[in-house]
Amino acid sequence: MILGVELAYWQVTILKIVLGMTAVLLPAGTLVYAYLFKAVSFMQSRLGPMEAGPYGSMQLLAEVGKFLQKEDIVPTKADRLLFKLAPYVVLVSTFLLVLVVPFSVDDTFLNLDTGIYFAMAVSSVSVIGILMAGWASANKYSLMGGIRAAGQLIAYELPMILAIVGVVIQAGTLNMNGIVSAQWHGEIFGWGGIGNPYILTQFVGFFIFLIAVQAELTQTPFDMPIAESELVAGYLTEYSGLRFLLFFIGEFATMGIFSLIASVLFLGGWTIPWFFDFDSNAYNVIGPLVMMGKMMIVAFLVVWARFSFPRFREDQLQRLAWKFLIPISLINIAATAVLKVVF
Amino acid sequence: MTITDRQQLAYIAGQAADARLNLELETEGMVLNIGPQHPATHGTLRVIVRLDGEQVVAAEPVMGYMHRGYEKLTEVRTYPQVTTLINRIDWLGSFANEVPFILAAEKLMEVEAPPRAQWIRTILFELSRIANITLFLGDMAAQLGALTPVFYAFRDREYILNQIEAVTGGRFHPNFDRIGGLKDDLPKGWGEETKGALRKLSEFCDIMENLVLGNEIFAARTRGIGVIPADVAQAYGLSGANLRASGVDFDLRRDNPVGLVYDKVDWKVWTHPDGDSFARYWVRLQETREAIAIVEKLLDGIPAGPVMAKVPRIIKVPAGEAWVETENPLGAMGYYIVSKGDLTPFRVKIRSASFNNVAVAPWVLRGVYVPDVITILASLYFILGDIDR
Amino acid sequence: MSSTEVEVGPAVDEQRTALVATLSTKLGSALVGSHIRPGDDLWIRVTVDAWADTFRMLRDAHGLKFFNWLSAIDWMPSPFGRDMDAEVDSILQGKVAKAPEPTVTGYAGGDTRFQVLGRLHNLADRWGITIKADIPDDTLTVPSIISVFVGANWHEREVAEMYGIDFAGHPDQRKLYLPTGFEGYPLRKDFPLLARRIKPWPGIVDVEQMPGDDEPEEAAAED
Repeated sequence: MILGVELAYWQVTILKIVLGMTAVLLPAGTLVYAYLFKAVSFMQSRLGPMEAGPYGSMQLLAEVGKFLQKEDIVPTKADRLLFKLAPYVVLVSTFLLVLVVPFSVDDTFLNLDTGIYFAMAVSSVSVIGILMAGWASANKYSLMGGIRAAGQLIAYELPMILAIVGVVIQAGTLNMNGIVSAQWHGEIFGWGGIGNPYILTQFVGFFIFLIAVQAELTQTPFDMPIAESELVAGYLTEYSGLRFLLFFIGEFATMGIFSLIASVLFLGGWTIPWFFDFDSNAYNVIGPLVMMGKMMIVAFLVVWARFSFPRFREDQLQRLAWKFLIPISLINIAATAVLKVVF
Repeated sequence: MTITDRQQLAYIAGQAADARLNLELETEGMVLNIGPQHPATHGTLRVIVRLDGEQVVAAEPVMGYMHRGYEKLTEVRTYPQVTTLINRIDWLGSFANEVPFILAAEKLMEVEAPPRAQWIRTILFELSRIANITLFLGDMAAQLGALTPVFYAFRDREYILNQIEAVTGGRFHPNFDRIGGLKDDLPKGWGEETKGALRKLSEFCDIMENLVLGNEIFAARTRGIGVIPADVAQAYGLSGANLRASGVDFDLRRDNPVGLVYDKVDWKVWTHPDGDSFARYWVRLQETREAIAIVEKLLDGIPAGPVMAKVPRIIKVPAGEAWVETENPLGAMGYYIVSKGDLTPFRVKIRSASFNNVAVAPWVLRGVYVPDVITILASLYFILGDIDR
Repeated sequence: MSSTEVEVGPAVDEQRTALVATLSTKLGSALVGSHIRPGDDLWIRVTVDAWADTFRMLRDAHGLKFFNWLSAIDWMPSPFGRDMDAEVDSILQGKVAKAPEPTVTGYAGGDTRFQVLGRLHNLADRWGITIKADIPDDTLTVPSIISVFVGANWHEREVAEMYGIDFAGHPDQRKLYLPTGFEGYPLRKDFPLLARRIKPWPGIVDVEQMPGDDEPEEAAAED
C-alpha cells in the first residue's frame, strides 16, 4: 500500500522500476551538474558550462548525447564478452545498492532485516566489474588500473564495514529503517529534542566511513585505479561511448547512494527533528527530499576532498587502510560495545 | 656517497629485482611505454620502463619526437632571425631563451646594451621565469592528482603574460630582444600595473604553499622520492632549481651576471639539502617569491636613457667564439656561438637545461614505483622543446 | 678579424694564464693550443688521445666537477652557403666555381675538419673551461668520457648521430633524436638543409619594406 492507494502487483513493480531508475539517475545527474560541473568550477575560479541552457543546466543532456553518438570501440585483442559486460556489472552493483536505501518507512524498495549487511555485500560486486574491465581491455594501463582497483576496494571494504559495526551495535539492528528509528528515538543524555543522530556518538565511525567511501568510489586522494597522470585512465582507458557513460553514471550514482547510506547511518536518515512525528505520513513525501538534501551535504564532502587533495601512492593507501583505519575502527567498536553495556 | 657507490647500489637493486622476477614469481617483467602520447608528459617525451609489478627495474627516456634541428637551422639564418627560432625552445619562458643568444652575439661584437635596456631585459627575464615556474607549481600538483592548483596557476600566470604582452606584443613568443638593446621602451604606467600583477602572484605563492606544499599527502608523495645527490647532479650537469635542491649553491644570476643587472639589487639564492622531489618544489616556490621581489626592486630603479645602442643596420658578427649562459627558468641555458664574420653564425651549440636535467632520469628512476616515475619527472620539470631543441 | 690567434685584450688574465701554464706542465705535449679571453673565458686544445684523461685530470685536480655540455664542430665551409646563394646551384647554372673557402678554425687552433669540444665548470670558484680536441679525419674516433662524467652519455649520442663521430667505449651508441634508420649526419656542413633546397628563404638581407617606403632599402646602407 502506497499513500493509501491499493495497487496491483504489476503496477507496483512498474512503479518500483521507474522509481529505482530515478533513485539512481537523479542523484547521479544532480551530483554531476551541481558539483562536478558547477561547484568545482567555482572552486577552480572558472564558470563551468554556461552555454547549454540557463547556467549550463542542459549540459548533462549534451554530454549524454555526445557519449551516445561516439563509436563503441572494442580493442582487437580485447576479450570481447568481458569487455562489453563489465560496465553492466558495475551498474548492477549500483542498482542492487539502492534497493535497501529507505526514503521513508514506506518508500523502500526492499525492507530487509539485514539491510546494511546486504548493502555492504552487493557493493563489492563492482570490484568484479572493474577487474573485468581492466583485464579484458588488453591494455597494460587498464590491467594495472584494474589490479590496483581490486586491491584498493577490498582493502577499504573492511574499515567501512567495521565503521558500520559501531552504528549497528548502537542501533541494535541491521535494518536500515530500524537504524533511522533508533536515531529518532535516541536521546542525548536524556534530551530527545533532535533524537540522537549517530554522527554525534559515532563521529569516528563517520569519519572512517567517509574515507572508506572515498576509496570505494576511487575518488582522489584514492584514485589510483584511474590516476590519469600515471595510468592514462586506468581501467577506463579503452572505453568509449555508451560503455564509458555507464561507468561514469555508475561512479556518480554510487557516490549518491553511498551518501544516502551515510545519511541513514549517521545523519538520522529521512527524518528531520521537530516538524513531524516519526509515524507521520508526510514523511512518505518529504522523506525522499530530506534524503536528497542530506545526500548533497555528504556528497559535497566527497567532491570537496576529491578536488583538493593530491593522490596517495598504492603502498601508502594500503598502509592507511591496514595500519590506521582498521585499528581505529576496531577501537571504536570496542568503545561502542563497552559504552552500550554501561548505558 | 660517491657516484659509483650509488650506481652500484642501483645496479644491484635492478639485478635483485630481476632475480626476484625470474626465480620467485617465474614471470617476465612488463615493459610499459609511458608516452609519447600520455597525459603526464607535457609534450611528447616517451619513457620506456621495465617493471617488476609496480617497481621500475629500468627506465629509459626516448626523445626526438619534437626535434626541430635548431642547431642546423641557425646556420642559415641571420643573427636577428635566430631569435625567432630560439624563442620556441622553452616555450613557457620564451624571452629568457633570447637573452643568452643576444648576449653572446653582443660579446662577439663588443657591443653593450645601454643600462636601461639591461634593466628592462632583467625585468622581462624574471617575468618569464615567474610565468614559467608558476605553471610548474600548479602542474606538479596536477601530476600528483590534485586538479585544482593547476587552474590557479593558469589563472595567475595570465597576469604576468599580460604584462609581457603589454611590453612586447607577444604573450608567448616576444622576440623582443635585439643585439644592442631592446626593440622598444616600456609603455607608460607599466611599472605600476606590473606591481599589481606581482602582488597577485605573491598571493598565488602563498596559496600554493598552503594548498600543495603544506599538504601531508603531497609531502608523503615527494619526500625522499627521487633523491639526487650533489655529485651526481654535477656529473649529469643538472642546473637551475634541480641543482640547488641538491644543496649546490650555484646560481648564474649571482655568479655570472653577464649583461643583466642582478648585482644591482639584493636577493638570495635558495638551496635545499635534501635533493628530493619535495626539495625541488620547495626551491622553485622560493625562487618564484624571490623573482617577484627582484622585479619589484628593479622596477623602482630603472635608469633613464635609450634602450638601443648604436649598432649597424646589417649585423655582421666578427669572427670568434663566445659562450654565454644564463640562469633560465628551467636551469642554465647557454649558446656557444662560432662566428666567421658573416651574416649568419657558423655554428651554434644550444645548451638547454632540460636536456641535462632529464639525462639523469635513467639513474634516478631505478627501483621507484610507477607513481613515483611521474612525480620525479614532474619535479625535474622539463619542457619538451627544451630537451629536443 | 679573421685571425683568432691574436690575443689582445684590455688586460692580461693572470689567473687563467697561470692555469694554462699549470695545465701545460701536467699535460705536456698533449696540450696543443690555448686561448684566453681576459677576464672571461678559457679555451684549451688537447690531442685526441689525451681527451678523456684531460677531463679526468680537470675534474680531480681542478674541481671542475660540473659537466656542462659536449658537442662538436665541422669546420669545413658549407658548400651550400645559406642555400639561397648556394655555390652548387650556381655551378649548375653554368657559372665558374669559386675556389673553395679555406677552412678556418676557431680559438685555440685546429688541424682537422672535425673538432669535439666540451665544457666544464668549477661551481665553487665560478670559472669554466672549454676543452677541444681535433678528431683524426681517417678514423673519426674519440675516446668516450662516460667513465669520467656519466652525464656525457646523451651528449655523445647526440654528437655521434649528428656528426658521425664514433665514441670509443660508449656502451650504447644508439641514435638519440633521429629515427633508427636515418642516413647521413645532419650537422655536417655538407648535409643539405632540404627545407631550404625546396623553398628558398625570401631575401638574403632581412629588411622588410615598410608601408611608407617607396622602394626597398639599400641592403648595405648603413653597414
